[in-house]
Amino acid sequence: MKTAIAVLTVLAVMAAIWYAACVPMNIKGVLDGAERAGVEITPATARERREMSALGLVADNSFAISEVWSQDRPRLPAPHQVAVELWQTTVEKRITSKRSLIYHGQVTLSATLLGFVIGTGLGILLAVGIVHSRVMDMSVMPWAIVSQTIPIIALAPMIIVVLYSIGVQGILPKAIISAYLSFFPVVVGMVKGLRSPDQMQLDLLKTYGASTGQGFWKLRFPASMPYLFASLKIGIAASLIGAIVGELPTGAVAGLGARLLAGSYYGQTVQIWSALFAAAILAAVLVALLGLIERRVLKRMGVQA
Amino acid sequence: MVMVILAILIWCAGWWVNSRLANSVAADTRAVKLAVPIIFGIVVLIVWELLVRGLEVSLVILPAPSLIVTRFAASLPILWQDFQQTILKGALSGYLIGCTAALLMAIAVDRSDFLRRGLLPVGNFVAALPIVGTAPILVMWFGFDWQSKAAVVVVMVFFPVLVNTVAGLRETSAMQRDLMQTYAASYWQSFFKLRLPAALPFIFNGLKISTTLALVGAIVAEFFGSPTVGMGFRISTSVGQLALDMVWAEILVAALAGSAFYGVMALFEKTLTFWHPSQRG
Repeated sequence: MKTAIAVLTVLAVMAAIWYAACVPMNIKGVLDGAERAGVEITPATARERREMSALGLVADNSFAISEVWSQDRPRLPAPHQVAVELWQTTVEKRITSKRSLIYHGQVTLSATLLGFVIGTGLGILLAVGIVHSRVMDMSVMPWAIVSQTIPIIALAPMIIVVLYSIGVQGILPKAIISAYLSFFPVVVGMVKGLRSPDQMQLDLLKTYGASTGQGFWKLRFPASMPYLFASLKIGIAASLIGAIVGELPTGAVAGLGARLLAGSYYGQTVQIWSALFAAAILAAVLVALLGLIERRVLKRMGVQA
Repeated sequence: MVMVILAILIWCAGWWVNSRLANSVAADTRAVKLAVPIIFGIVVLIVWELLVRGLEVSLVILPAPSLIVTRFAASLPILWQDFQQTILKGALSGYLIGCTAALLMAIAVDRSDFLRRGLLPVGNFVAALPIVGTAPILVMWFGFDWQSKAAVVVVMVFFPVLVNTVAGLRETSAMQRDLMQTYAASYWQSFFKLRLPAALPFIFNGLKISTTLALVGAIVAEFFGSPTVGMGFRISTSVGQLALDMVWAEILVAALAGSAFYGVMALFEKTLTFWHPSQRG
């Protein structure tokens, strides 16, 4: 309860700061518009206004303040403008419409999920290999760690062009970038998890005469679940970033990344912000969903009381 | 065909050498631990080179490593310019500003229980969001030059560092804090002598995660508009010209810079947290 109040207070303060920030950010645009409409403004020309600080303009033209939250193309849209745009582009549009965020969201989401499944599958396989083969552990693992320090996003445009040139396009190139980004968190977490049973437990299985396969399925695999889910949560957020960034360099026409790019080309700030919030909500939902699955799975396995 | 067979043979030979090394008695020595991944890396490069040449893969799809190195050596001035623009100006300045701001904020959060309760869940939440999407907005606000890239980096590194630092500052036990109190230590004395050192492993965890994020932020922000220099700019225009050897050269720069950046932070960590169990031995 205390936490809820604190969180709500912080959110309210952030919203208040946001609304306040709109005033200096948007005042120049509002005044330019008012000048064209024939309203008298204190420094009369746009050139003079450019010299002045935003706060000075606000002080001189306090009548214009009410306008800063309802501009068409503000530098900083007010929260309610973003909310209205989100509502209009999700609920009020048919989901097949090119302007529907649900349509764009599902384009990005399908690439994210496909990539996530591929990345997780390969990651688990590699982790199993690393745990069971000393050669793989010693030769692949250091490179997996080094690759974490490389901005893999830099590969994104190239992967897309290369795949395009051999005839692969659409969802798969983006999914490959997503897979790449979710791959390494899963490998690292899964290796840690599969190694988490201690020597005593492994020895016990040996005294039972269990085979390597039995040891894997009955001990190592269940023991790795908490680690796996922790990695999956990181991995799915990374997947979504991969899918969004994968849409940037090719000038894709659909998807949240395409929406961001188009908004940036045409100065449609409200569109950028609503796409950003849609991406944030999508990420939050995906992580929360994994958290839910985690809790159910771990409960069935008796990990948590 | 000869080259393809050669590639397969070299792969098998490399694997055989590595498995002999990894399963030998000397497997735990430092030399072998270094040699195995290096052999693996070299074998991958040789196989890559042989397969590309043997199967006559077009340069457009996958340039051979030798071509990438040639291109790298031939365009050092351009790469250096891009490096300065993206890494030194964009990523590094943003990283410094973002991490400093996050550390100061973390101290404020730590001092106030209300802020910790309120801000930490929000910070945890924001840290998992695709913040790189703020790039078009920040490019619109701060212009095309490096300032906007630095701003993107600030936003991206802020929350991971904040969340980790706050968690680190909570790391000391009540007993230790009580002991400081019985010494009549002031807040700042107990902060600098007890809590900050205890938080360092966590802080460095955040700082190390942020090194990659900084590079990613700076490069991706350039996709949304940049002056005619910079790694992100070069990558997207070279892709447009199908000059993939140039793209790979830039990726090589990014890889070297990213690893060096991470390495420097790891080195700092090692000197500052030599006492921590994870750094011993």
